[in-house]
Amino acid sequence: MSSFAAIFGRDILLALRASGGAVQGVLFFVIAALIFAIAIGPEIAMLSRLAAPIVWACALLATLVSLERIFQSDVEDGSLDVIVETADPLELAFLAKAAAHWATTALPLILAAPLLGLLLNLPAAGFAPLIVSLLVGAPALSLLGALGSALTLSVRRAGLLITVLIAPLYAPVLIFGVGAAAGDEAALMFLGAMTMFSAIIAPLAGAAAIRFNLD
Amino acid sequence: MSGAPIHDGRLDLHDVAVMRGGRKILAGVSLSVEPGESVLVRGPNGAGKTTLLRAVAGLLPLASGKAAANGEEKPDERRLRIIYCGHADAVKTPLTVTENLRFWAKLYSAPVSRIEASISALGLEHLTARRAGDLSAGQKRRLGLARPMISGKPVWLLDEPAASIDAASVARLTRMLEDHCAKGGCALIATHDRLDIPGARSVIVEEAP
Amino acid sequence: MLPLAFITDYANPEKFERIARPLTPVLAAFAVLAGAAGLYFALFNSPADYQQGESVRIMYVHVPAAWMALFCYTAMAAASVAGFIWKHPLADTAAKATAPIGAIFTALALITGSLWGKPMWGTWWAWDARLTSVLILFFLYLGYIAVWEAVEDKIRAAKLAAIVAIVGFVNVPIIKFSVDWWNSLHQPASVFRADGPTIHASMLTPLLLMGVAYTFTYAALLLVSMRAELAARRLARLDRLQTERISGVREE
Repeated sequence: MSSFAAIFGRDILLALRASGGAVQGVLFFVIAALIFAIAIGPEIAMLSRLAAPIVWACALLATLVSLERIFQSDVEDGSLDVIVETADPLELAFLAKAAAHWATTALPLILAAPLLGLLLNLPAAGFAPLIVSLLVGAPALSLLGALGSALTLSVRRAGLLITVLIAPLYAPVLIFGVGAAAGDEAALMFLGAMTMFSAIIAPLAGAAAIRFNLD
Repeated sequence: MSGAPIHDGRLDLHDVAVMRGGRKILAGVSLSVEPGESVLVRGPNGAGKTTLLRAVAGLLPLASGKAAANGEEKPDERRLRIIYCGHADAVKTPLTVTENLRFWAKLYSAPVSRIEASISALGLEHLTARRAGDLSAGQKRRLGLARPMISGKPVWLLDEPAASIDAASVARLTRMLEDHCAKGGCALIATHDRLDIPGARSVIVEEAP
Repeated sequence: MLPLAFITDYANPEKFERIARPLTPVLAAFAVLAGAAGLYFALFNSPADYQQGESVRIMYVHVPAAWMALFCYTAMAAASVAGFIWKHPLADTAAKATAPIGAIFTALALITGSLWGKPMWGTWWAWDARLTSVLILFFLYLGYIAVWEAVEDKIRAAKLAAIVAIVGFVNVPIIKFSVDWWNSLHQPASVFRADGPTIHASMLTPLLLMGVAYTFTYAALLLVSMRAELAARRLARLDRLQTERISGVREE
């Protein structure tokens, strides 16, 4: 467990230090939502109907653009060797990286979501389900995303490759996420199941991918 | 707690072969490093020194043969006894020197006393609060060399440890290695240059005839 | 373990080549025969649908393509598991060779589905549950192919692509379920139900024949592609052996 705490703590510290990684993610999130709003037009009724789906789509896009960094810097400076060497097991180290990604990228998005809700005229009753759906679903985005990052860590400029690999796996998360944000309880349940499923499969596949990438 | 017990370390390679990208790089490597011994691995660039060290560390699979650290052959068991310091220093540049050291100490479940011991052994006292990104290449290398000491592991694999460090720091490195060996540890050190560790044996990695 | 892999690596592809070379034209001939018979029934010897008219004939191209899209992905994942667990050198080759064939069948299913959609729904594309999940399946194929393309060391690429195929395969039922659920929420009742009319025996004959033709086409293309891949690997191996420089260690 000590390696989990060490890696998680270090990645949080790195995100706080490296001037504004989290801020950049939130900025992307807000700008993407504004692009949607401007493209759709100022008609309030339409915007407020689309608000929750737009927030979810933008959260997904903001996550996608953040994935490449998860393992890349550890590869470049040699820390990944250290993590592999000490991680017992490597699956736990993968979970630590995914958890840190959630805390530094997804959590700021969730905190910024109510602001976007206001801008997009989300009905008052829609705020709570939107936040709950993001809280339940975002871990799945981070876990599957970290898997994508682990798979491509030996590839230079892997951004597009990660998107192609991971977007199909994100489809169910998006579908159930938007459903849950609309207040559908079954969707929220499926979303939770998706997160748990990802918590099992992503560390297994991700740890294997890291080992193969070091060979 | 300082100088927490380092158990004896020994390394035994028997007929080791390593492949990379479908190419055989090394074959028929047999070598023993006894407790208290440092062995320098010399040889020209590209001969396979790094490949050998990474394979011994368990970061690359062996194509055939046996490698054992303190008698343990399985890669996961071997990894617990071996520390590998590669070309990259594994230093996080946005963090301070102390923060880097503390991260390693946590990762290796090492006592805090080892952080202080490594700071003085490598002459990092005046740099502790500095951001690692502001260090010179040589200073960063020294910081990276604190890691084996913090890990407290008995078998050290150092890849070009003297790269870009000055004479005074080479002397510190030498003292650190002597200390490690005096406690019963062992080290395998890859170097292409004239690094001289008193009492160290040398082996040559080169293309087989 | 590795010596064994070495032996199979050299021996198996040769054995495979001995069997595959004569088998390829046989499989291709079966594919042509079944395809010709299937098309005859599909175009001339089956009734037009009383609702869909002549456009129902697109079904004979479309439905077997959708079958093959799933079949090929399953085969790819199964071969990946085999490569992963038993490290059989032909398994990775089979998985790699299957991907583009499967992707083409998937594209065919999507395009013919779209062509069929125009007379059926009055639009080229409807976010019908089946079309949507086949579209996502298409992207799963692209991701798998992209990993092979992007990772330079092909031994590593094989292992990583196997993970991608297996994770993708495990996700296929989840994707299917989510899209069905999503579609049932949004689907207006008037739109054509994907279950469609029950199938007439006279329609079943061409459908099955086309299915057989597609399967043989897949088998023939698979062998051709695997043989080409194995030949390329042999060449690369020779190249490597020439440039291989093996080091040893000696005392100073």
